Amino acid sequence: MSQFLFVYRNTAQAEQDRMHASPAEMQKVMQNWVAWMKELGEKGYLKDIGNPLEPGGKVVKGKQKSITDGPYAESKDIVGGYTLIEAKDLAQAAELSKGCPIFDAGGMVEVRPIQKMDM
Amino acid sequence: MEVDEHLFRREAGRLVGTLTHLFGVHNLAMAEDVVQDAFCRALEVWKFRGVPENPSAWLMTTAKNRALDILRRERTAQTFAPELSRLLQSEWTLAPTVQEIFEPNAIRDDQLRMMFSCCHPKLAEEAQVALVLNILCGFGVDEIAGAFVSGRAAIEKRISRAKKVLAGSKRLFDFTDAKDFPGRLSAVQRALYLLFNEGYHGASSEFVVRTELCAEAIRLMQTLLEFPAAATPATHALLALMCLHAARLPSRVDESGNLTLFLEQDRSQWDARLIGEGQRMLDLSATGAELTEYHVEAAIAATHCCAARAEETDWGRIAWLYDKLMAIRPSPVIALNRAIAIAQHEGPARGLEEIHSIENSERIAAYPFYAAAIGELEFRRGRRVVAGKYFRDALALARSPMERKFLERRVEESESAGRSTRRA
Repeated sequence: MSQFLFVYRNTAQAEQDRMHASPAEMQKVMQNWVAWMKELGEKGYLKDIGNPLEPGGKVVKGKQKSITDGPYAESKDIVGGYTLIEAKDLAQAAELSKGCPIFDAGGMVEVRPIQKMDM
Repeated sequence: MEVDEHLFRREAGRLVGTLTHLFGVHNLAMAEDVVQDAFCRALEVWKFRGVPENPSAWLMTTAKNRALDILRRERTAQTFAPELSRLLQSEWTLAPTVQEIFEPNAIRDDQLRMMFSCCHPKLAEEAQVALVLNILCGFGVDEIAGAFVSGRAAIEKRISRAKKVLAGSKRLFDFTDAKDFPGRLSAVQRALYLLFNEGYHGASSEFVVRTELCAEAIRLMQTLLEFPAAATPATHALLALMCLHAARLPSRVDESGNLTLFLEQDRSQWDARLIGEGQRMLDLSATGAELTEYHVEAAIAATHCCAARAEETDWGRIAWLYDKLMAIRPSPVIALNRAIAIAQHEGPARGLEEIHSIENSERIAAYPFYAAAIGELEFRRGRRVVAGKYFRDALALARSPMERKFLERRVEESESAGRSTRRA
């Protein structure tokens, strides 16, 4: 088994849309996520459920180490959270990500293998 | 854990009322933003942490903390609820004041105040209903447009205009204002009555939508009854009528989702608990000197519920009650129902006579069940071809696939029967 990081990326548009979603729509999205996470856990794919990230933050950049406020104007999408997955290989991990409700809202999942440290 | 399927919607209604009390009605939009923000946070956190033990309390605390942040940050730049402004200025009184406003009893009172505020006399009845659905029931614009089978843009405009009036009303409705209370209470009753009717008779073909609207009307009525000054005979009568009608909802469509004729409904499907509750409310309504339209309509519904089989219905009494209703609130729709009751009691020819003498019948000419009722009575007195023509007229006016299907079947039945009569 190998480990993979799911990075959830929302488009700025999706974040905006969410501010106009009705309570029932919000609840539906929430329940879809809870159900998906639960399924991953029950099937033994969840290494670490991970965390949501606050939408804002700071960006520290350059030799001057200049500090600016997020959200980050230059990026079209915003990382909303991450999960650590255990799967056979990258293909299976990518397949597993397909159940993620983020796609309904126009977001995406980045599937990144954790580098193995074979010494 | 299992979450109530209406959790967010219901909490939205409760929270907006409370936050509006705190921020002042002119900051209605701010209150709505805080609620939306609480849902966004819930969405992010619950995804990963699961739904908390007490989701309502979680949402409430989140909204309360967010409100405190805003009050602290903006209190020099903004004015909030005028009656609270002194208490919100000082850090000594800020937190306890907010705490008090988030107590369960205070939340319920604010829901009531919001209900009365939404029925502002400057707003047309349809705008009041849309506002109640949006603010107190937490339905989004699309959902309301769907329920009314109306365009999104029209509903959005109606709601945003109504919100402007509400936000301009300076403060939420004040229950200590004895002068305004009776008038406003009857506006609230009327709006909830219309909300219920939208569910019961409305155009939406989705059974779920209709049931939900009826359930919301009943829920708000129950909240209204918790307030002693609002628990008048008319309020009890209105809730009685809702319960007695809602009891019959499950049998309005058959197992394949088709509309059923009232007289052919499977009465064993009627909800006995709701009928019992309706009867209890009707008993409670029978005090005082005032006989309202709600009393009479509830009495009609109760008469139907008393008959175990359609043939046992006391049509004479129902026709008599419709006479009373015509005296209180004359309308062509009520006149139509009265004519149908007379037809049941004295035969189709008498019923048709009554239908054809309805005043202002042009006002219900676009209502498919006007033509359908004539078709029905013509059918019963054996004039099948004429009946078929009226059913065709009704079919052209059908507002939903469900109505269309029902009327198509009636057209077919009368035309095939018409052919066989001619052959014979």
